[in-house]
Amino acid sequence: MPKPLVLIAELTHRCPLHCVYCSNPREMVRRDGELPTEAWTRVVQEAAALGVLQTDLTGGEPLARTDLMEIVGAARGAGLYVSLITSGAPLDERRLEGLAGAGLDHLQLSFQGAREENAAQFANASAGTWEQKLRVARWVKQIRIGLTLNFVIHRENVDQLPEMIALGEEIAPGRIEFAHVQYYGWAFANRARLLPTREQLDRSLEILKSAEERLRGRTRVEYIVPDYYAKYPKACMEGWGRKAMIVAPGGDALPCHAAPAIPGLAFDNVREHSLREIWEDSAAFRRFRGEEWMPEPCRSCDRRAADFGGCRCQAYLLAGDAALTDPVCSRSPQRPLVDAIVSATNAPRAGMPPAMPDWVYRPNPS
Amino acid sequence: MTPEMEARPRLAPGCRLNEAKQQPRVLLMPERALRLNGPSLEIVERCDGTRTVRQIITEMQKLYAKAEPQKVEQDILGYLALLHEERALDFE
Repeated sequence: MPKPLVLIAELTHRCPLHCVYCSNPREMVRRDGELPTEAWTRVVQEAAALGVLQTDLTGGEPLARTDLMEIVGAARGAGLYVSLITSGAPLDERRLEGLAGAGLDHLQLSFQGAREENAAQFANASAGTWEQKLRVARWVKQIRIGLTLNFVIHRENVDQLPEMIALGEEIAPGRIEFAHVQYYGWAFANRARLLPTREQLDRSLEILKSAEERLRGRTRVEYIVPDYYAKYPKACMEGWGRKAMIVAPGGDALPCHAAPAIPGLAFDNVREHSLREIWEDSAAFRRFRGEEWMPEPCRSCDRRAADFGGCRCQAYLLAGDAALTDPVCSRSPQRPLVDAIVSATNAPRAGMPPAMPDWVYRPNPS
Repeated sequence: MTPEMEARPRLAPGCRLNEAKQQPRVLLMPERALRLNGPSLEIVERCDGTRTVRQIITEMQKLYAKAEPQKVEQDILGYLALLHEERALDFE
């Protein structure tokens, strides 16, 4: 039985931003359905006892929880490394100092682009969001906790990559992550406007590789590519039920953020079961763990221990069956589904640009 | 990059050892953890911003008195450079 190393704690789905590529599910938990402080305290303690080393406190916007400091303190007290994954929007310097005092190790700050207008464009965010992010980055550096800048990149902002890198160099965090959008949840709904062209992707990889080289020893540069263009699928979650456990705001324990989209999977809830029981015995974690579930071509594939058959949620979203080989794999019989999407994205567009669909903005559950 | 002998290595923001009572000992950093064995743990524990690279080498040479001192120095310099490249270490 593998041991989980990471607990991804989705403390809430509430969020002041409305990102068009949000990784939260389309069906969101409301405030009155969220786990109380005591339940999160127990969850982080059980995670540590299970061998988990790190927890990512995320959301929604985790700062929307008024008890965040207590949860940070409980996680650190249990011996975990504590990261906060945030937009930085509802934060002031005093609260950040309180969080650091409670044991916060690292803050990951998300950016919608390199320009002030991007926050409004891609997250329907209110004025002032941009300056706020720059302030938060300054505070984090001052109090000397870890800082990662996270730029989410896609068709409509990938051309500003050099500006994003320049901004990153100016802030000089320990780590910058450039994440091409992954197509689940809200991003799947907005894919037609988000998926970059092959030319954009290739150019972005050149720029990122040279930035990685140039910043070596100053800032660690990491990037995630959109797997629709890859030859082989990503090792999603480093294997189902193998390294990570996600607890959703209402307490459902998930093997992957996007797993609620898969019909027929029943998730156990931390209100009724311990994390250990769920990790070892829950039907959802066992369903795609290991190699037993694999169909051909995965079952006899020499790459099955490297990518674990790719992503179950993607197999469901693209081919309607979560138990198939990930359709982005060039060895998958369903690869033509992905090829069709890629060719539509790259078709020459003569004359006027075609009308793009309106963005589907993620709502803020009450 | 070879570290300067008089520089004082210190774990970078967001990087720390887990607690002594926790096993195995690991160096925790954003989105990753590095498992430490005996000598690597002894080196990282000494990267406290007060000791110089030279002092760390001297202390380790005493601790591993049976090892070739030149080899100990080379290993430590290589390891510190690696941690710096991983952004786990600053030289002050």
